[in-house]
Amino acid sequence: MTLLIRVLSLGLLLLAGQAHAQLNIEITGGGANQIPIAIAPFAGESALPASITQVIEADLARSGRFRTLFVPPQNPALSDATAVDLSAWRARTADALAVGGVYPQAGGRVEVRFKLYDVPRQASLGGLSFTVAPNQTRPVAHRIADYIYEKLTGDRGVFSTRMAYVVKAGPNYQLQIADADGVNPQTALSSREPIISPAWSPDGSQIAYVSFENKRPVVYAHSLQTGQRRALAKFPGSNSAPAWSPDGRQLAVALSKEGGTQIYLINADGPGVQRLTRTRAIDTEPFFAPDGRSIYFTSDRGGSPQIYRTPVSGGRAERVTLSGSYNVSPRVSPDGRTLAYIAREGGRFQVAVLDLASGQSQVLTDTQRDESPSFAPNGKMILYATEVGGRGVLSITSSDGRVNPQRLSVPAADVREPAWGPYPSN
Amino acid sequence: MKKIIAVAAFAMLIAGCSSTPTTDGGAPVQEGTAPSGPSAGAVDGRSVAGDPLNDPNHPLYKSLQARSVFFDYDSDAIKSEFVPVVEAHARFLRDNANRKVLIQGNADERGSREYNLGLGQRRADAIKSRMTLLGANAGQIESTSLGEEKPRCTEATETCYGENRRGDLVY
Repeated sequence: MTLLIRVLSLGLLLLAGQAHAQLNIEITGGGANQIPIAIAPFAGESALPASITQVIEADLARSGRFRTLFVPPQNPALSDATAVDLSAWRARTADALAVGGVYPQAGGRVEVRFKLYDVPRQASLGGLSFTVAPNQTRPVAHRIADYIYEKLTGDRGVFSTRMAYVVKAGPNYQLQIADADGVNPQTALSSREPIISPAWSPDGSQIAYVSFENKRPVVYAHSLQTGQRRALAKFPGSNSAPAWSPDGRQLAVALSKEGGTQIYLINADGPGVQRLTRTRAIDTEPFFAPDGRSIYFTSDRGGSPQIYRTPVSGGRAERVTLSGSYNVSPRVSPDGRTLAYIAREGGRFQVAVLDLASGQSQVLTDTQRDESPSFAPNGKMILYATEVGGRGVLSITSSDGRVNPQRLSVPAADVREPAWGPYPSN
Repeated sequence: MKKIIAVAAFAMLIAGCSSTPTTDGGAPVQEGTAPSGPSAGAVDGRSVAGDPLNDPNHPLYKSLQARSVFFDYDSDAIKSEFVPVVEAHARFLRDNANRKVLIQGNADERGSREYNLGLGQRRADAIKSRMTLLGANAGQIESTSLGEEKPRCTEATETCYGENRRGDLVY
């Protein structure tokens, strides 16, 4: 209900009819081929508690695919309401120009309007309009950044998504959820005992995780709307490694209730448990392929931990990682084509990607102790945990390895176990 | 040698327990219904000669004080120096059918947290398996894992890693 109200109050509507204009900007995705964009400071935004322009610029810069150009003060100020001379911007080597304004409305609300132009083609790329409370402009800025990103790269933006991660400060563990830019962290669970392996439900309404508060690992699901949680797997022994099926109706988990560590399917609502693997090895870290028909997982059935794939309907598992002595933590890209995982090579644990069609693999990072890779919902970035200067930090790299990683850290604490959330449902 | 003493002490205890009623004024052994839960194990035995797990005067106390078994890297083999630890607790469970133990396996911090949870489980299972071979009932033993999450030592050294590759017996 509250979600519905929020959607309505956001009042999303397209201003211009050219929303389907084709792009002529080459999709590169590389840090070396950044798209130069000029974003004029939004007219009237100085009356807001926070700048919209800065949030948009920071989002685009973080993606590694844009370079923002300095926009000198104009008189009169550039906005969605003023005429723009696109030929002048061409001379400044901008490929795109974004303009916008903030307009007071009845009841203390503001309307934020925005337009995007393709400078080389001297064409409009459409725009957006939102009516919100003055302190609610940050989500609006993320939506505008998403729009710009999609129009100029052809890929859906992920600036309106959230991420979950665990902060360890001294003896305390917190499961936190923040916006994709690290702002607005909310604590879902505080505990004196470890929390690991958070996993978002496909609709973003719940996070499953493993808590050690009962002297043994137990899998819980936390509802972000109600703040309540329930035990999903609390069998004797160890309950861990939750992964949601794409339809959200099942989870794959690793259980030791029959001895060893094996993969089972459980229902997201109510009882029902079904054993999926049957070996004397450690079978763990299940992850559903996006079509929901197979599960990737880690197993040491061949003597060293490697990644395997097995049909959910049962049947033979096949080995996926063929080289190296330690390949763990499989995560499949949203398009199902790429596997991200952690490879150990010469004592270093690094994020690697494997093209599932060609079998080609590539190490993406130059850090030593990478863990827990997690794809952005558009598949373009990978969020992972690593260690810098003895401190646990999060890092984001492009999934083609071409953009330098960015770091997210919390002062005087370790950050670990990240999970990138799905697209917002509104 | 130690082992022989422990066994002898154990035999004495058994003999003492089986002679009912006791002459020292203690209450007879009760086959108490132990409440479930890890913290509620200590019921029978305590009222007679004290709890061998907690009472320093109990003849078995010393043999049951060691509650950790340490492992080599990537191994779940119980090394010979820890066999007496496993044996002492196995006998205690065998002879106290309503006592229960939780075995928490642990791993060092290198590598995947979830795979390390699996390694810890494998170590806990190895201890459980050995204890059941020695006469403890599988239903008395729950094996679980804390993986790399509860290190006893937090430095990145081989000594430290060795301390963290262990199974703990929790009554």
